[in-house]
Amino acid sequence: MAPRSRTRTARRWGRPVLEGLKLAWVVARKDLLLEFRTRTAILSALVFTALVLTVFEFGRDPTAVPTIDLAPSILWVTFTFAAMLALNRAFALELENQALEGLLVSPLSRTSLYWGKLIANLVFVVVVEAVGLPLFVLFFDVPVWPVLLPLVGVIALATVGFVAVGTLFSAMVIRTRLAELLLIVLLLPFLTPPLIAAVQVTARLLAGRPIAEAAGWLKLLASYDIVFVTLSTLLFPHTVDE
Amino acid sequence: MTLAQKGRWTTAAGLVLLAAVYVRALAFTPIERLQGPAQKIFYIHVPAAIWTETAMILVGLASLFFLFLKDPRLDSFAAASAEVGTAFATIVLTTGPIWGKPIWGTWWTWDARLTSTLFLFFLYIGYLLLRGAVADPGARARYPAVLGICGMVLVPFIHFSVYLFRTLHPMPIILKPSAPSLPGSMLATWAFSFAVFSVLYVGFVMQRYALARARQEAPHV
Repeated sequence: MAPRSRTRTARRWGRPVLEGLKLAWVVARKDLLLEFRTRTAILSALVFTALVLTVFEFGRDPTAVPTIDLAPSILWVTFTFAAMLALNRAFALELENQALEGLLVSPLSRTSLYWGKLIANLVFVVVVEAVGLPLFVLFFDVPVWPVLLPLVGVIALATVGFVAVGTLFSAMVIRTRLAELLLIVLLLPFLTPPLIAAVQVTARLLAGRPIAEAAGWLKLLASYDIVFVTLSTLLFPHTVDE
Repeated sequence: MTLAQKGRWTTAAGLVLLAAVYVRALAFTPIERLQGPAQKIFYIHVPAAIWTETAMILVGLASLFFLFLKDPRLDSFAAASAEVGTAFATIVLTTGPIWGKPIWGTWWTWDARLTSTLFLFFLYIGYLLLRGAVADPGARARYPAVLGICGMVLVPFIHFSVYLFRTLHPMPIILKPSAPSLPGSMLATWAFSFAVFSVLYVGFVMQRYALARARQEAPHV
């Protein structure tokens, strides 16, 4: 009796979740398709990333400061800026022709809409990071190969945190007077805890220290992700509903 | 007596008591052995810091209840608390460097606690900016509420970084898991000051709240 009722509950709960994710993917695919066809935003984000890395190269004295000491900050400041650039466009493209109203009246739950935007933003930022990381290695000659896997893990953890909060905020700021500028002002305090944690972990990784030394920071990153993905999912309906 | 008047009287009482805090802290509390007179700023700095964080938590709680109850009074309270929190954050950020100069030998250092207070200050500013930037009257209360809840959740994350980051800042001696490690007379002065700051917070919030309510009732006056 017990196992049967459990499967029934699982089915009852499992199906809407699966359905919701499927719809979220529809939203994400729509955004990504638009992005892929126009390619303006992704190209500007990639060029922006390369430019920031170049500016860092010339914004330091290579004889005074060893690259390895600056490398974690360079990597993370670049990624933070690139992520914010990407987040600005998430809801901006729904403003034209009142496309957002169309999405809101369609049989699509608010959660699916948020997750769709979240997935599209994640893909966008991950693409930028996937190009940014090799450029970073090329420009600064940082020995990332031995720690590539944990480094990618840290980047993934921090990116989820950045994008979860950013997607929520970008839904609000597009309908304010200051839009892009306001997103940066609102978002940066929220990006600081994951940014500090990511820089600390990256610094330890690049210095060849054992990953266990950064366990506290990794826990901070992981809990930040869990808390803010959940919170943003719950709060998102309040940013789009009347 | 209207709420604004009550708030004015409460604030006046708080300011008189604040003068008493100064007198007690400067004349009737022993001078700390290592830091000398500079330590006196602690009696102003720490109560203000605690209220800066508490005000943000109250903003978050009011925002949370606002999203469920849709009571405009909660929104007004959140706005008032955020404004007063900004003022207290300013006190923390100005008294801190004044203490830091003689003790650390520098006005500012990128210590985790300073940085986190600065970011809390930015959070307040962002909150107030968002309040002013939303044109749609329905969203004007909802958007800040969403940000207020996120801000409240962010505070513990900022706080945890204090313990993880290498810090120059004196470790908390009042709000720590074990009992406060402070001599009795200093603790009494501190507690007195904290009570006065609480009165000031209440007085300020009452005034700002009354103003926000008046604005809601007559938006075009």
